[in-house]
Amino acid sequence: MNREADPSFSVIVRITARYVVRIMLVFGLYIILHGQITHGDGFAGGVMIALAFIMLMLVFGKDVTLRILTRPAATRLASVGALLLLTIALLGFTGGYFFFNFLGKGRAFQFWSAGIIPVCNVAIGLLVSVSLFGIYTALSQFHSDPERKS
Amino acid sequence: MIELYALLVFMIIGALVAVELKDLLSSVVSVCAVGLGISMAFLVLKAPEVAITQLVVEILCLIILIRATIRKDLPFSTSGRWFLNTAITVVFVGVFLGAVSLALRELPKFGSPIMRVASIYLRDGFAQTGATNLVAAVVLNYRAYDRLGEATVLLTAFVAVLTLLRRSGRVAPDGAGREEE
Repeated sequence: MNREADPSFSVIVRITARYVVRIMLVFGLYIILHGQITHGDGFAGGVMIALAFIMLMLVFGKDVTLRILTRPAATRLASVGALLLLTIALLGFTGGYFFFNFLGKGRAFQFWSAGIIPVCNVAIGLLVSVSLFGIYTALSQFHSDPERKS
Repeated sequence: MIELYALLVFMIIGALVAVELKDLLSSVVSVCAVGLGISMAFLVLKAPEVAITQLVVEILCLIILIRATIRKDLPFSTSGRWFLNTAITVVFVGVFLGAVSLALRELPKFGSPIMRVASIYLRDGFAQTGATNLVAAVVLNYRAYDRLGEATVLLTAFVAVLTLLRRSGRVAPDGAGREEE
């Protein structure tokens, strides 16, 4: 990963980014998965994960990042997130109405509590992180197209 | 309450600076200072959940604005039909302020009746949803349509950006045909 790095950034930035990105990913996952217990929800955690990927892209260049998360994979993951959210909403009809909380409530302050809320958070986090990162890559790659100058 | 007014004055000054500056990068930084002021105002109003979201989205917007809009060759016109633009702006601001002043007269005062709806959520929220984070209970159980609409908006934005900025199938500037991928 180090060899193909963008030479415009120094060693300090690259090594710092390599560790900070992991912390950002873990923190974003924590925010998403504990949305029903503590502050923050799928949207905020998803934006944090997107920011971690954007930092990876800013420091190490687009080749390294797009090898981790390619464009077709990003499109598919965003679709999976949206379809998962819609499926949960439609499965609520088994209990009576749209977005019915059909899973068990669980005990307070436990991880498996609040029924469909963690699943919704995971779906929203997936959708938000992948689509915001995809929007960023599309915008930045569009400007770096060489043939656009002609 | 005084810190809230200080933040509001700070945000108004930041917005004015962002409009008046000639340098685009400085304008973007001023806009993001306004956004951070909003985040702090949410903290003052004791809404940490919204403050987290606002802060994170603000940083993402800062990165996208700087990365995607700060170009040397970006056209930035200050001349042109300024009279027409100013007249249209003044008319729209006048209509908007008039409509708002009519509409806001019908609303109850700020903070009264206090906690009318929120007290029901606070009383029944945990028993009905099982979530200890009551904001998540409201957003993903009572008002889940809101989240579904937000997800739809994001997915639509993603698909629209990918469609507009794709590489393959774009027509060449001279209109000769489709470019090679």
